[in-house]
Amino acid sequence: MNEADITQLWVYLSAKPLTGLTITLVAYAVGFWLYQKSNRNPICNPVVIAIALIALLLNVTGTPYATYFEGAQFVHFLLGPATVALAVPLFRQTATLKRALPVIVFGVLFGSLVASASTVILAWALGASPETLASLAPKSVTTPVAMGIADEIGGVPALTAVCVIATGIVGATLGPMVMNKARLKDWRARGFAMGVAAHGIGTARAFQVNETAGAFSGLAMGLNTMATALTIPFLWHWIFG
Amino acid sequence: MIAAFALILVCQLFGEVVSELFDLPVPGPVIGMVLLFIGLLVKRKPPKVLTDAADNLLIHFSLLFVPAGVGVVTQIDRLKGDWLPIAAALTISTLLTMVLTALLMSKLFPKQDTTEKMEDAQ
Repeated sequence: MNEADITQLWVYLSAKPLTGLTITLVAYAVGFWLYQKSNRNPICNPVVIAIALIALLLNVTGTPYATYFEGAQFVHFLLGPATVALAVPLFRQTATLKRALPVIVFGVLFGSLVASASTVILAWALGASPETLASLAPKSVTTPVAMGIADEIGGVPALTAVCVIATGIVGATLGPMVMNKARLKDWRARGFAMGVAAHGIGTARAFQVNETAGAFSGLAMGLNTMATALTIPFLWHWIFG
Repeated sequence: MIAAFALILVCQLFGEVVSELFDLPVPGPVIGMVLLFIGLLVKRKPPKVLTDAADNLLIHFSLLFVPAGVGVVTQIDRLKGDWLPIAAALTISTLLTMVLTALLMSKLFPKQDTTEKMEDAQ
């Protein structure tokens, strides 16, 4: 097979949704394998590895993102149902919720507000564009919801996805070190803070460190998703018109 | 399993319809999640097929972020201009949020004898 044949084959294949879907699953499988090989080192994040591999492949082959997404959309679609499914782990924390409800609600609202306000203020002070600010504001909630919020307030959902994933990785890798420095020793508080600041990626990390921390992180993540989705769009429209 | 996935999709569809109909700035799936959560509270004991379906969807939750994340290739120009504010704001804000929230919650959570104390957290 000569080069022209290979090019023609790629042109044919890249137009099939099957290709984008297969590439997504294979790249993630490679990422997950490396993550396990590294003893689950949070730096070897399977999502980051998969994104890097696919981005490189698209770049090398000159394939547009839209062509890739025709296949990848089948995976992307599942974000909606998965967000609905978050109600189940949240329900498992009902007992904890009932015991300390006012404290938990206050904590989530506090964390949600600090996360959004501090990002927007910092990025604004450093000269980011208005579109970037709107894309950054929901960075601490899980990707599908953050993308939905960004879309509502005039951000760029694709940029938000990148920011959310970066936030999760920063929180999961540097967060525990910083909390140690601050001499925080209550597993419940540490897990809760992890879930509020670093969503699912932080929760996965919290579960690895301590079961109590993981449960509180999952609880905080679920509630923060709701709190942020319910407050940020209204606050944003109220402040910026 | 089919019934459980159908129920999850019905919740999402309901959320999308409500969000669209009342022009709410809240994404449809979040409304769907609230609806399902209320349903679970009412039912008290959720059917195993539903919890299994939900757990299966969430086991590889992070895989679902990949297609959106690859969208970074369409954002290279924007990232070139704004990478410093984005990186700095992300990092500082995330760690600040984490420490402040953990400080607040360690003051607010009721003291428990059963709370595990840790000598050396990682």
